[in-house]
Amino acid sequence: MIEEGRALFLQIAESVEDAIVDGSLTEESQAPSTNELASFYRINPATAAKGIAMLVDKGVLYKRRGIGMFVAPGARATLLAERRSAFADRYVQPLLAEARKLGLGPEELAQLVRERASAPVAASASEGRA
Amino acid sequence: MMTTPTETVIEVAGLTKRYRDTVAVDDVSFAIEKDRIYGLLGRNGAGKTTVMSILTAQNFATSGDVRVFGQHPYENAKVLRRMCFVRESQRYPDDALPSHAFATARLFFPRWNQELADRLVADFQLPMRKRIKKLSRGQLSAVGVIIGIASRAEITFFDEPYLGLDAVARQIFYDRLLEDYTEAPRTVILSSHLIDEVANLIERVLVIDRGRILMNEETDAVRDRAANIVGETAAVEAFVRGREVIHRESLGHVSSVTVLGALTDDDRREVAASGLDIAPVSLQQLIVRTTQHANGEHPSTQEGALR
Repeated sequence: MIEEGRALFLQIAESVEDAIVDGSLTEESQAPSTNELASFYRINPATAAKGIAMLVDKGVLYKRRGIGMFVAPGARATLLAERRSAFADRYVQPLLAEARKLGLGPEELAQLVRERASAPVAASASEGRA
Repeated sequence: MMTTPTETVIEVAGLTKRYRDTVAVDDVSFAIEKDRIYGLLGRNGAGKTTVMSILTAQNFATSGDVRVFGQHPYENAKVLRRMCFVRESQRYPDDALPSHAFATARLFFPRWNQELADRLVADFQLPMRKRIKKLSRGQLSAVGVIIGIASRAEITFFDEPYLGLDAVARQIFYDRLLEDYTEAPRTVILSSHLIDEVANLIERVLVIDRGRILMNEETDAVRDRAANIVGETAAVEAFVRGREVIHRESLGHVSSVTVLGALTDDDRREVAASGLDIAPVSLQQLIVRTTQHANGEHPSTQEGALR
């Protein structure tokens, strides 16, 4: 769940963002509290608080006094835009580097992507990273 | 981003402790902030226990100044009652039962929580009718851990409190400590060799080596400070040129080089384009390597298994 070598507060912020992107945490719903995050991920609450603070700064979460943190309206669209623009760097670039190593050209790669996209779910799931 | 104002509970200035011809603590200065969890990390003999003993007035400084809650701790009952020192080699009276130890602690620590102590006894399955002398090493450690958590002392020191505790019991310790810290914030100074086990728990790392402070900063800031660059030796060397290298290992044509400094997005692209991999460096690896590096132990041509 938590990986080594990356700031924890970023990973905590990302975990909340993931939930917003995949729709399990909807806009205007209450986000997990600092203490809930700290005890779930077994981390220092100050670190979890820093992750939450970052999301507030970013406008993804907002605070309702005396109640807690809530997902801001428009948060999902913002995060989707951000993730789409990072998609090429994070996923396509390494894919191209590995394909080049194996002598697969862009056309063959595109063909593979199309095949996989239309293949039954079970086949592609076994390739997924844990 | 943390907006809570910081308050200092411990101040150490120019602290030195000499035993005959060895210097255990060498002109050390640092401050401990209120309600944070610190990891006091370092090799055996680095000076961790000596520092904690001096802070809790169980040992004397050769020179330097130590203030706890703004006061000198020596023979200062007011200050001492606000601190709890759980040490690895804690001694108890010969015929004492765990319940005697807890009763004493209850009298001594003003914020002692009996309900919590009872719950911890159950969690650690501590036999209450057995004399402390007859307890196993792990059960003895559990007595200390229970006192440490249930005392809710404003400053709590745990000096390698886990001896003899198995993985399950250690996880109980970490979980209960974090839980109760959340409920009743306090300053915790946790000395441990099991760095990766406590890495997510500690807000700040204080690394001591040969009696000197090597690192005193936020754990999260340290986490992405180093990375292992792994791959074909020539490509790895090309990438790390001009960077601060703290460790090198190679096996045949493959090298793993630990570089300091967070990697930028451009760095990551370059690494990917060169067919290299980035392997994360755990907090434990980083501290081990930093300590070796500081000591000039520079195994630059070390052959060995890649980790």
